[in-house]
Amino acid sequence: MALNRDFIGRTFPPSDPYEVSRVKIREFADAIGDGNPVYRDAEAAKVAGHPDVIAPPTFPIVVSLGGAGLADPELGLNYAMVVHGEQRFEYVRPLRVGDVVTCTSTITEIKSIGSNEKLVIETEVRTVEGELVVKSYNTIVERGA
Amino acid sequence: MTAKVSYADVEVGTEIPAQTYAVDRADLVMYAGASGDFNPIHWRERVAKAVGLPDVIAHGMYTMAQGGRFVTDWVGDPGAVVDYGVRFSAPVVVPDEGGATLVISGKVEEKLDGGRVVVALTARSDEQKVLTRAKAVVQLA
Repeated sequence: MALNRDFIGRTFPPSDPYEVSRVKIREFADAIGDGNPVYRDAEAAKVAGHPDVIAPPTFPIVVSLGGAGLADPELGLNYAMVVHGEQRFEYVRPLRVGDVVTCTSTITEIKSIGSNEKLVIETEVRTVEGELVVKSYNTIVERGA
Repeated sequence: MTAKVSYADVEVGTEIPAQTYAVDRADLVMYAGASGDFNPIHWRERVAKAVGLPDVIAHGMYTMAQGGRFVTDWVGDPGAVVDYGVRFSAPVVVPDEGGATLVISGKVEEKLDGGRVVVALTARSDEQKVLTRAKAVVQLA
């Protein structure tokens, strides 16, 4: 089903603050099988030049995934038919323990590709102090029936 | 930032040796929990097949994470990655018995100003290219 083009350019209200924790970073690193000590040990992170334990490059998906805006029935997105098409992160710095961040998402593109609908969401992940940490570009595809 | 690879030591075409990563259903269950993506196509065969997939498939972001690990293991410091993007071209099918194998290799595609390079990644599972346009920009020493 065609997605509602009125959503192109729409920016959703910022998400609730999310606190990046030591335990969550370790859990994520364990899950991806990455034994790098900078994801677990503050001393190792300091030796690498970071103030504390940092998160793996794909960790920002934990905070930036989807967003409540995509659930708006007016958009017409059928989640059961959605696949992840593309993902890109642009880093100012890695997320790290103690960051409290919010995500602000904007739908930048909606277009039809054959019977599929493609939707691009750009998300800014900022600390509650306003520092931009990472930008996420998420392309999802709703498969046509 | 303490990248262990020096800009002076790499050239366009420098290859990063392939690594093999085993993917098991248990890995996907762990990833679901860690990431918060509980879509059942990543752990329940019946649901995966009902939506037309050959079997349970890995989260695209799990595969992207393995590519990230490949790059950060090469460069040393994960903080050296300044940009990382992929297109998911085919699913990584993970059978209950035996799991799947992911083979990732890389090549320096371009040298940028400021000590940065573009690394192009190739990721295959079962002879299929599972990522395309997979590129990371990394800040070298």
